[in-house]
Amino acid sequence: MTEGLGAAPTTTSVEPSGAVPLLFVTRDEYHDRVAQLKAEGFEMCADLCAVDYLSHPARRLPEGVVGERFEVVVNLLSLSMKRRVRIRVQVPESDPSVPTLFDLYPGSEAMEREAYDMHGVVFTGHPDLTRILMPEDWEGHPLRKDYGVGRVPVQFKEAPGPR
Amino acid sequence: MNEDPLAPHPGRRSSWSPAETSEGSQELAPAGALRLDHSVASVLRIPEGAVDGGQIDVERGEDTMIINMGPQHPSTHGVLRLMLELEGETVLRTKPVVGYLHTGMEKTAEELTYVQGATNVSLMDYLPPLHNELVFSLATEALLGVQVPPRAVWIRMLMSELNRMSSHLMWMATNGMDLGSTSMMISGFRERELVLEFFQKTTGLRMNHNYIRPGGVAADLPDGWEDDVEVICDTVFERTYEYDELLTGQPIFRERTEAVGSLSAEVAVALSATGPILRSTGVPWDLRRTMPYLAYDEVDFDVIVGTYGDNFDRYSIRLNEIRESVRIVRQVLEKMPRGDYRLQDAKVTPPPRRRIDESMEALIHHFKVFTEGFRVPEGEVYVAVESPRGELGCYLVSDGTAKPYRCHIRGPSFVNLQTLPALLRGGLIADAVAVISSVDPVMGEVDR
Repeated sequence: MTEGLGAAPTTTSVEPSGAVPLLFVTRDEYHDRVAQLKAEGFEMCADLCAVDYLSHPARRLPEGVVGERFEVVVNLLSLSMKRRVRIRVQVPESDPSVPTLFDLYPGSEAMEREAYDMHGVVFTGHPDLTRILMPEDWEGHPLRKDYGVGRVPVQFKEAPGPR
Repeated sequence: MNEDPLAPHPGRRSSWSPAETSEGSQELAPAGALRLDHSVASVLRIPEGAVDGGQIDVERGEDTMIINMGPQHPSTHGVLRLMLELEGETVLRTKPVVGYLHTGMEKTAEELTYVQGATNVSLMDYLPPLHNELVFSLATEALLGVQVPPRAVWIRMLMSELNRMSSHLMWMATNGMDLGSTSMMISGFRERELVLEFFQKTTGLRMNHNYIRPGGVAADLPDGWEDDVEVICDTVFERTYEYDELLTGQPIFRERTEAVGSLSAEVAVALSATGPILRSTGVPWDLRRTMPYLAYDEVDFDVIVGTYGDNFDRYSIRLNEIRESVRIVRQVLEKMPRGDYRLQDAKVTPPPRRRIDESMEALIHHFKVFTEGFRVPEGEVYVAVESPRGELGCYLVSDGTAKPYRCHIRGPSFVNLQTLPALLRGGLIADAVAVISSVDPVMGEVDR
């Protein structure tokens, strides 16, 4: 397994269940890399989500990785090896699209729709890329950092009566 | 591997079980062999011609009919809506439509400090709220790099196992109701009430406790908790055998659950199903055993595994998991260590109440923790625990401030709902209610 991880810049994240390898891959190698990991025994796509790093363009990343606004984070799980691996893909704001993992992991269908709905990341090749949580005619992608949080004005004084 | 992986296979034993069983470790099918056209079942929007419905052995009529079930249907466990494509009484394709309960909790989480965060995640899956708090707290602690005291670990285990019992009891109740057994419903709620009473005594609330917090738990167990827990264990354990009499052996119940909604292990893994759904297909995957967290490697329990992946397997897995939880709770009762119930680090947890009256620093720390919160070092972490519904994950990104930059919760119900099209395909519309019930979705967690 370890020789397979050498191709992309990796670090590890120490978590309660042990160290998890972190893989940083480019968009072009993303799909092939996941396919390779699947062949190596990661049978399940446990989680897929997107992160909007709007206010942190200069965050700490391994050498050779250029930080973009969005990141798609995929957590793969191997039932046979009892291991996890996490893949982080940088997705630019100008063209927020990555290939879908649907052909490898059909279970990523709802997760990719959620990431599209919440962050506006387009998964090319997804069979039904529509909004999943928000109404179909909703504008904007709520979990983007430049999407405002709605507020209800709170009135602290007694309102002057209508009379 | 059979030709149509989505076809139900009543009575077929799954050939696939990766981790070790009592009969030694077993081999995996090669990953490349998995070829699955999931779109056949789940995506209704693809053109008609692209779907070959001929694989299902039904009397084919003139045309098919699409009906909507929900979101107000009483048996959809909240506000789940299903688009069902029917051919006569047979379900061909299904599309779950979710989002009716979406309240933007992940967005809210970015506005709350880590201290307040547990109150927010607690509302997602409201049947086992303590698991949500647990996974959020574990993620925060992993970023902080702190270890909670042993007593806190064992209290967390006690509470999450009790919560697993109450959640499964609730499922037994609603599942019984869906299948027409009102006695089961009343019994299930009666036993669940026992557990909730103990929660109320310990945490002050019956649900949404905000009890497990980053740094430990909110309060120590109440005096005499051993007796209360003993009573719960004895009562619930005894009553599970009453459920056996009530349901397990009943011919009508068996008719309605056996070979209904079958799933193969290949499909379950491909669709990322976890929890009882995955285990019902014969895959012995339980995070408490396979990737132990808390102190689950120090207690003795069995992972319950099914064979056929049908409704009856999922029923018996949940029933037996109640018994296994009782077994774990009894061991926790014996092994509960003494000591602090939370971290004594004034930067993370508030000082004890009595210190506030005598120490200025304690007052300042108390004030700071509850107004500003604590800063968490930069980083990102994914932590998963085994909730009653499956893998409950929390992906937390911190940018060094007192609020999470991103808090993503991987809800097991949300992912498990994807198995519904595969479970319903080829079955009767009359069984749809039973199948939805056996997936056990909690819409609060699906929609978040």
